[in-house]
Amino acid sequence: MSLAKPNAQDISTKKKVALGIGFTGLFILVLALANVELPYKGLFLTLSLGLIIGGVVIYSRDEYLTKLEGIKNDEAWFKSISSRGTWGWVLGVVLTLFYIVLYFFAELLGLGTDGASNTGLIALFDPLSQLLSGRNASQWFVYGTLYTVAIVAFGYKFMLKYRHNRYQQLRTASVMFFQMAFAFLIPEFMYRLNSDVPYNDIKNMWPLNYYAFDQWRVDQFINSGTIGMAFLIFGILSIFVISPFLTYKYGKRWYCSWVCGCGGLAETAGDPFRHLSSKKMSAWKLERWLIHTVLVFSVVMTTAVIYTYLGYDAEKYWFNKDNFLLFVGGFLTLVFVVIMVFKRHELGKDARYGAIGYALVIVSLIAMHYTGTTNEVFYLPAGGMRSAYGFYIGSIFSGVIGTGFYPILGNRAWCRFGCPMAAVLGFQQRMFSKFRITTNGGQCISCGNCSNSCEMGIDVRAYAQKGENIVRSSCVGCGVCSAVCPRGVLKLENGSLDGRINPTDVLLGNDVDLMELMNNK
Amino acid sequence: MKNIVIIGNGIAGVTAARHIRKLSDNKITIISAETDHFFSRTALMYVYMGHMKYEHTKPYEDYFWKKNRIDLKRAYIKQVLTDDKTLVTSEGEKIAYDSLIIATGSKPNKFGWPGQDLKGVQGLYSYQDLEKLEANAPDKETCNRAVIVGGGLIGIEMAEMLRSRNIPVTFLVREDSFWNGVLPAGESGLINKHILDHHIDLRLGTNLKEIISDENGRAKAVVITETGEELPCNVVGLTAGVSPNIDFLKESGIELGRGVKVNRFLETNIKDVYAIGDCAEQHEPIGMRRPIEAVWYTGRMMGETLAQTICGNKIEYKPGHWFNSAKFLDIEYQTYGWVFSERSKSEQEAHFHWMHPDEDKCITVAYDKDSKLFLGINTFGIRMRHENFDKWLTEKRDVDYVIKHLPEANFDPEFYKQFENQILAAYNNQLQTA
Repeated sequence: MSLAKPNAQDISTKKKVALGIGFTGLFILVLALANVELPYKGLFLTLSLGLIIGGVVIYSRDEYLTKLEGIKNDEAWFKSISSRGTWGWVLGVVLTLFYIVLYFFAELLGLGTDGASNTGLIALFDPLSQLLSGRNASQWFVYGTLYTVAIVAFGYKFMLKYRHNRYQQLRTASVMFFQMAFAFLIPEFMYRLNSDVPYNDIKNMWPLNYYAFDQWRVDQFINSGTIGMAFLIFGILSIFVISPFLTYKYGKRWYCSWVCGCGGLAETAGDPFRHLSSKKMSAWKLERWLIHTVLVFSVVMTTAVIYTYLGYDAEKYWFNKDNFLLFVGGFLTLVFVVIMVFKRHELGKDARYGAIGYALVIVSLIAMHYTGTTNEVFYLPAGGMRSAYGFYIGSIFSGVIGTGFYPILGNRAWCRFGCPMAAVLGFQQRMFSKFRITTNGGQCISCGNCSNSCEMGIDVRAYAQKGENIVRSSCVGCGVCSAVCPRGVLKLENGSLDGRINPTDVLLGNDVDLMELMNNK
Repeated sequence: MKNIVIIGNGIAGVTAARHIRKLSDNKITIISAETDHFFSRTALMYVYMGHMKYEHTKPYEDYFWKKNRIDLKRAYIKQVLTDDKTLVTSEGEKIAYDSLIIATGSKPNKFGWPGQDLKGVQGLYSYQDLEKLEANAPDKETCNRAVIVGGGLIGIEMAEMLRSRNIPVTFLVREDSFWNGVLPAGESGLINKHILDHHIDLRLGTNLKEIISDENGRAKAVVITETGEELPCNVVGLTAGVSPNIDFLKESGIELGRGVKVNRFLETNIKDVYAIGDCAEQHEPIGMRRPIEAVWYTGRMMGETLAQTICGNKIEYKPGHWFNSAKFLDIEYQTYGWVFSERSKSEQEAHFHWMHPDEDKCITVAYDKDSKLFLGINTFGIRMRHENFDKWLTEKRDVDYVIKHLPEANFDPEFYKQFENQILAAYNNQLQTA
């Protein structure tokens, strides 16, 4: 039983022109990549980026401003690019190859090694890099620029798509700002002011930023004076104080869909793919194991890395290897005990087993350390773990799969299955937060628009049709479920912790005695 | 352990099945001729529009039924033998039951228009109707124009669907303003304008005379009663309401009116045979409700209630305060309590009406002229909280209280502009001048 997929409709002349402009811009980048020697690099780069942005702007205006305000999802499952058709796969392959080259074969992009000057695509970006920071471009500068261009151009498109919805507009303006300022411009200017400070996007906190506490970075921070120390302290406060507080008040959305760069790309350039995430129960089960495993890996890896560069002697400096391990062990134990005492009943069976299992792993690693005589904490070489994490999680998972597979797995595959930061914030959101998506009484008609458009693969409808609020670790609070609901059933809210989770059998609107009987048993 | 058979896998039948399973170990079988699995009928339009695929309209994954020991059977029941407690399928198979729940929903109305059974003429209710529409109107090249007959909720949905594929739509509405048998004039007018804004050729006060066939038995035009005008078209949508889908029960001995007659326990005249959802007709209307309510929520509530009775806790069907919702193209509509149109409201019912200057949002609050008792609210383009109104209706609040506390009931997304102050000002203003 299936309906044939009709052909998507033809596009307007204006859109064809817009596509021509945008792809001309892209073509300039391809020429540079093919080592065609372009004169006036600054001019060609400006032209290229300008054409790309211009193409997206013209296309978006024709797409949305020619229609009345409202939900614009017509043909999402018909268009080849957004329904895993030929164009979707082509885009997926191209993006994936781009990420592989970017991470592992940057010389193919023209990165000059051993002091040689850049060529090809990277050389095209030299003038912009010189302008901002006074040095030549790297592959990361090229990537950062294109990333920012994508968020800004497609952010504009997204704002037009939701021009009736101020929540969507403000949130998009926010990710555009944080990407442009904090991820892109400020670090470049910082380099100009003080080249000893390493590249630092202060919103990109550990554990998403897995190299935050690498020795070279910490050394550079400490050696670059007050500003470096301030960055270091802010980095620690971010994860231990600022983010728990904001997540308590607003849910993890304050980060994931208002600030984060990965989230920013997913919400803008990735928006046309949001419905592709799997809503199956099996996907949710996989998600829970995978993302928490990455988090544990990240904690163990970071602990081991920090351990290697701390001193032995507590007399020289109080924060030595042993004290650090005690601190980590103590902190994790505290979290574990608090959850098991106060929130045990809110954990699923598998979550309890998982928590106990991971606690045992970490406790036994620390115990082995104290009973053994090895120099390597946890018997595992810290350097090896660090590079394995960087390779498998940092590059393959977050980049190649996370973004390369947008047209296949949806736009939040990394955020959902891999991001350790999302795991931390999600844990806080599920356990201690005022945030929830409220279901409006008995108004749900089970249509499924909410679940369909959930980029995190939450089966929103499963809750809404029971009249139950949605309180899920993975919810990034993008608000699109609420926007697409045809009956006004869903609202993102920060409210009291009491009654936040409210399973019901009989919904509001039925016999009050029956509701009483069924809902309070 | 009873053997419970449910005919119909829509919201009513499925809700009953789910609740019976929660409360008991009875054997449960759901029979449907339409689809293998329960899907959300209200979401069919989104499949045609490409927002979703059919599989996304299924509220439960396919493993759910086996896990909950609810047997699904694909068959068309043509006969109910109540003496033998047996059903007969169109294939001649016999199915025995201890308790039978009839939840067969509705079918589109046809009023004997000449040409109503031609090819290209269809309603929009079932999965098969969706397949038909996909075949009849895949794109604007195949379907140069569609004419929709009947100005209700399904008609406007069908117009929205066809417009999503740029198919020109003419919308024939019998009333002189859209849905004004239900909506007060201001709201009905707002929707008229919105329909025109969507480039739908809305013809008010217009009736269908006949549908003209081409040489292949396919609709090629409609004729309008009032003007005699002949409108060429390839597709005719018949959306003049629905009626209970109960033809297969004619010989069964089960008492029928327009629907299956049931008492307040949702029992028919035959022991162990019940009817719920769109196809059930109350002997006496409950409160201001109609005897037949073809509404999603009613089907669900009846299912929730009947499960109790079937499982030994016999209770009356006693729905709470009326509520409903719909979406007219881009404008959402919610209603709580009773607001009647000018055509059907009583002498006692007075209205306070507020409309945004852009004419895309409005509310109507109904109250008792003398006692000021709050009766109900219609809201267009502003989301409101079910819980608040349900509570205020139970507490029998007056209209002053409701207007003053309106901000508490706002359910629009964060950062949306709020209009409660404007509404309050308009209210004070109108009452002083009135």
